[in-house]
This record gives sequence, structure tokens and C-alpha cells, in this order.
Amino acid sequence: MNHLPLIIKREYLTKVKNKSFIVMTFLSPIIMIILISVVAYLSQLNNDKQRTISILDESGLVKDAFQNSEHTKYNVFEDMTLTDAKTIVKETSNYGLLHIGKLDTINFVPTQMEFYSEESPSLSLISDLEGILENKLTDLKLQKAGFDIEKIKTSRATVSIEQESFEGQKTSKIDSVLKLIFGGLAGYLLFMFIIIYGNMIMRSVIEEKTSRIIEVIISSVKPVQLMLGKIIGTSLAGITQFLVWIVLGGVLLIIISTVFGIDVTQMQSPQQQMMQQAMENPEANMQLQDIMTAFYNLPITNLIIAFILFFICGYLLYSSLYAAIGAAVDNETDTQQFLLPVMMPLILAVYIGFFTVIEDPHGTVSTVFSFIPFTSPVVMLMRIPFGVPLWQQLLSLLILIGTFISIVWFAAKIYRVGILMYGKKPSYKELIKWMKY
Amino acid sequence: MSNLLEVNGVSKNYGDFTALNNVSLTVPKGSIYGLLGPNGAGKTTLIRIINQITMPDSGTVFLDGTALNANHITDIGYLPEERGLYKTMKVGEQVLYLAQLKGLSKAEAKIRLKYWFERLEIGDWWNKKIQELSKGMAQKIQFVVTVLHNPKLLIFDEPFSGFDPINANLIKDQILQLRNDGATVIFSTHRMESVEELCDDITLIHKSNKILDGKLVDVKRQFKTNTYEVGITVQEKSSLQQELSQKFQIAPANFRTLGDELKLNIKLSENDKANDLLSFLTSRGDVSHFVELIPSVNDIFIQTVKNN
Repeated sequence: MNHLPLIIKREYLTKVKNKSFIVMTFLSPIIMIILISVVAYLSQLNNDKQRTISILDESGLVKDAFQNSEHTKYNVFEDMTLTDAKTIVKETSNYGLLHIGKLDTINFVPTQMEFYSEESPSLSLISDLEGILENKLTDLKLQKAGFDIEKIKTSRATVSIEQESFEGQKTSKIDSVLKLIFGGLAGYLLFMFIIIYGNMIMRSVIEEKTSRIIEVIISSVKPVQLMLGKIIGTSLAGITQFLVWIVLGGVLLIIISTVFGIDVTQMQSPQQQMMQQAMENPEANMQLQDIMTAFYNLPITNLIIAFILFFICGYLLYSSLYAAIGAAVDNETDTQQFLLPVMMPLILAVYIGFFTVIEDPHGTVSTVFSFIPFTSPVVMLMRIPFGVPLWQQLLSLLILIGTFISIVWFAAKIYRVGILMYGKKPSYKELIKWMKY
Repeated sequence: MSNLLEVNGVSKNYGDFTALNNVSLTVPKGSIYGLLGPNGAGKTTLIRIINQITMPDSGTVFLDGTALNANHITDIGYLPEERGLYKTMKVGEQVLYLAQLKGLSKAEAKIRLKYWFERLEIGDWWNKKIQELSKGMAQKIQFVVTVLHNPKLLIFDEPFSGFDPINANLIKDQILQLRNDGATVIFSTHRMESVEELCDDITLIHKSNKILDGKLVDVKRQFKTNTYEVGITVQEKSSLQQELSQKFQIAPANFRTLGDELKLNIKLSENDKANDLLSFLTSRGDVSHFVELIPSVNDIFIQTVKNN
């Protein structure tokens, strides 16, 4: 008799009706959004502070190079000794004092400059100041050597290399960044999903064991059916939770950014920074169009199909292992020794994804690990946006499905024996012995 | 077909450990069948094989004339010794779910559930969670789960554990009622007095082997020692005792009486007749007590297990 739908329904409903699940579902996006908003607000607060930096330019060469900006105000002292300037800066509690000594010749500049401040200044501030000075002095030097500065400026060339594969597919830097984001998101999503809901499955198996209901249930249904029902039911609950998170998170984000005027998008993750760097092209009006073309250049159909297939297979592979672990032990504290070897390849996959694939998506390491079944779902998902030949995808999927079937078989065996075993924590040796029961 | 269940030469090994060694038994239709044995004898393994939870390494099991298959799941109701329910699930939902797993439709299960709740004097528990119930109440729910789908074969493993005497009695009456309604019951317990009370047939399993089985009366007959418990009022107790000891094997007995009788256990040899002993005794004094000692299941159990 096929009880699978009934079991799935029960597993789903009990998960969804569970109080802590409901609280988690509705509270975590709120907490996340509040956290993000607070961080965004704080970093905005930090940026809003305008610093005043005093300049004492005894050489008189560079003082007109300092232009007030949003965050920094420059205050130029005239005809003053260094000691007086220092006292004034201290008294007015200005941020710091930049002192440029008298210059006999501009060739010996570097030794003549100091920056005085109460606290040690940030690296970016110093490099900003250095940049301004370097530009000005370079100009001065060039002028002195008889060059026309304006001519030099107009003849400066900007280059942006167009990338094109032999098949005629055009790519650009924005492309690569977009691919990275897509791949990274897919891989990371799978990783999170496995960890959160794998654990949930494991706990639910342990619960059935500790409440001793298991023997009643498996006198009615096959253990494999129960296991699959559990995995599918919990996964559906997980998908529900994810959808609620996305919708709720999106709505909250919009509400908060409109009500409080906090521009959350200003928060910069490393990827966004890369994206921005990539987009810092001279022709700013081209940016949006570039992103759109880059988006259309992505192998969207391939991406979606591959995502669904690899996600399902990868997730089922790991979650059946979680179910087997749950069946093998009596309580959650005993799961550690078995969880570690399951977690290792998963973490390895994410590391390879985020370091090696970004570096070289078609390198040996990336390619090999996108075939090894325990790392392939994550690694392959991250590689696919960069264009992976179909045969590679199919082969990897085939290996994954093969492994998945044997792992489910293996997990079902452990599950079948484990759920009726009470008392002692089994060793790996015993687990192998269970195979023969 | 007079036997509901036939187990033929079933063996089961777990690695090097033999849980069942070539065990055969037949459970007559409409009987209450006691499955006895010390802890770890293999009872639970046998029950699990009948429930198709584990598969035997060799041997066959026939239920109602057909080899055990997936359709038989709905014909069996099993109350395991290690029992429990989903703690956070509501009573009504839970029982309906478990009944549906046994093949009942939801509507049918609801009707029967109401009936059983009344029959077992279970009140307004439908919306309560199991964790809010006392152990005895949860046990009652578990009993309902076992019998709800009207199975031909009921397997109870220690059904009375966790019940107070009143509820234990209630459950006992239900088991008898179910048997009278046509169900066959396999009953595994360590409480020998309930075996005496309920069982028609018994099987004793020890160290993976069946060492004894048959109708309870036959088994008792097999173990009878031809010993009579006697109470007699005489003047000369010691001379009568001496006289008896020359003819029979005697031992002092201990039971409650109202007078000051001579109390003895007298074991007859095979040729002796109880009537002869009685007439001999009545010629010597007033006999107030003359009972054949019937071996209790408890004694049979201990004796058989020790001898093996």
C-alpha cells in the first residue's frame, strides 16, 4: 500500500504547525532586516561625520589642490608657525594637521611632509591625502619640465576589453561578476538548505525513536517509505519557510527603506564591491544596459534546469544521510561523530566554490570537484553560469544520481535497523554490520 | 482452516547472534495464545517477523492460509512493548493518522474512534496533546490504535504495563470481548497470573528455541506431580504422619485453615489412586482439605527454563 502521500502530509503539517517553526519563520526575517538596517544606519552615521583637516603649506605650492568634499573639509592656514598651528588644531579639536615644509626644490618633497593628529588616522585618509599631493606635485613637475598639462590630460586613453568566446558569445567583466553572483547564490542556497533542513530531518527521526512510536509506525509502513516521506515532507516545509522569508524579507526591506529612509542597498558585500568596480566605466549611462545584456547572456534555461536537478539530487543525497544518522543514534548529542564526515565534503565544496571556481571556473580542481558526487551539487552549480559543456553536466548529474540511489539504499538499511536499536551508541563497525541484517 | 497463524521453521540471525532457531508454532483461530519466555529469548524478534518489520533468514509464516505479504498489514494489530505516540500531536489527529496507515478511510476511522472512546470511557480527549495526558491515558489511546482497524490477529506485548488495576481489568475485559467477537490474540507477558487467567494455548521460547507448547490444560497435565494437599483432624498427628510416610512421599504443607489440622503434601506414585488415599484418610479422622496440586504457569516456566 502506498502511504507516502499520507506520511508527507503529516510530516509537513506537524512541521508547519510547530510553534517554534512558526516563530522562526516570521521572526528571523524581521530580525535579519532589523540587523541589516541597524548596520546600514550605523555605517551611514559614520560616513556623515565631516572631518576638518587643517593644512599648513609653507611651500605655498599645493594648498589649492585640496577641494572640500562630502566627508572632509580642508582648512588652509596662512603665515603661521608649526607650533601655533598645532595648538590651534588641538584647541578647535580639528581632526588633524597636514604640514608641508618649505621646499627648496620640488624634487625632495617626501621628507618635508607630516600629518599630526590626536588618534592615528585611517589608512584610507592617508592614502587620500597622498593621492592629492602626488597628483598636484606630478603636475607641477611636468609643468616645470615644460609639458602642457591640458594636453596630457586629453590624450589619456581608457580601454575596456571586450571578451568573446570562439562560439561568438560575448562576455564582459560585468558578465563575470553576474555569473559569480548567480553561481554563488545557487551554491550557498543549497548549502544552507542542506544544513538547516537536514538537521530538521535528523531531529524528527530521533524524536520518533525517543517517543518509541517508531515500532507502531513501521508495523504499518515500510521504513524506506517513512524515511522518504519524512525527507520530502520536511523539505516542503523548508521550501514554505524559504518562500515566506523571501516575501516577508522583501516587503520589510521596502517598508523600512521607505519609512526610515535608510538606503539598505548601500551596504556593500564583497561581491557588490566587485560589481561596482567592474561597473566603474567612463560611460556611466551604459551600465544598466550592460547589466541587462550580461543577464541575457547568462545560460538562463540551462541554469534553471541544472539548478533544479542538482539541488534536488544534492539535497536528497545529504538529507538521507542525515536521516540515517538520526536513526543510528538515541539522542542529539550522539550525532556529532557521524555529522562531521557528512559536513566535511559539504564545507569543502563551498570553499572550493568560493575560492577556486571564482579564480578559475574551468581549472582542474574546479572540474574534478564538480564530478565528485558529494561536492558536485555545490561546485557544479557555481560553475554552470560560466558555461559548462553539456556532456560534463550530464556526466556529473549521472554520477550524482547513481551515488544518490546507492546512498538512499544505504541510508534506508541503516534506518531500518537503527530505528529499532536502543541503548548504545553504535560504532562505524556496527553500522557496517547492520548492512547485513 | 482452524489455524490463523502458522510459523514454520523460522530462523533469524543478527550477525553471529541467533535470535530465533528453527521455531515453529500454530495459533488456533479464536484463541488467546500466550507467548512466553525470559528476557532476550527471541519473543520480540518473532513478533516483528509476524509484523513484517524484520524478515526471517529462513522459514515461512502463513496468516489465514496465505504466505505473509504486504496486504496482511491491515489484518494485524500490534501493541509493542516499547510503545509511544507523537507527543506533540493531538489525540484525534494522531489516531486518525495511524488508522489511515492501517488502511482505514478517514470517515470510517472517525466513526470507529468515537465508538471506542465511549467503550473505553475515554472522555473529551480529542484535542488534547499526548504530552498532556497521564501515562495510563496514553496507554488507553495506544490500545485503541491497536484495535481500531478491526484486525484478525491482535498482538499484545505486555498490554497491562502502566495501567492501574481498574484500567488493567478494563483492558483485560476488552481483550476477552475481542476474542469473543472473533479475533485471535497473541499475548506476550511476564505476568504469569494473567497468562493463567486469559490464555488457551502457550508457547515457551528460551534462548532462541521453542522448548514447550500446547494447550494450557495439556501443558499443566504434563507437569502435574500427582501431589495432593491434605488437611485432617486427628488425635495422634505424629503416628498418622509416620504411617503415611511409609506408604507415600510426604512433605509438610502450609495453608490456612480454621482448626488445628495435620497439613501435608502427599505425592502419589503412578499406581496409587486418589480415592484410595481419601478413603484411608477418612477412616482416620475428619478430612477438611483434599486438593490436587495443579502446577502454576509460573512454576512450569521456572522449571522448564531452569532445566534447559
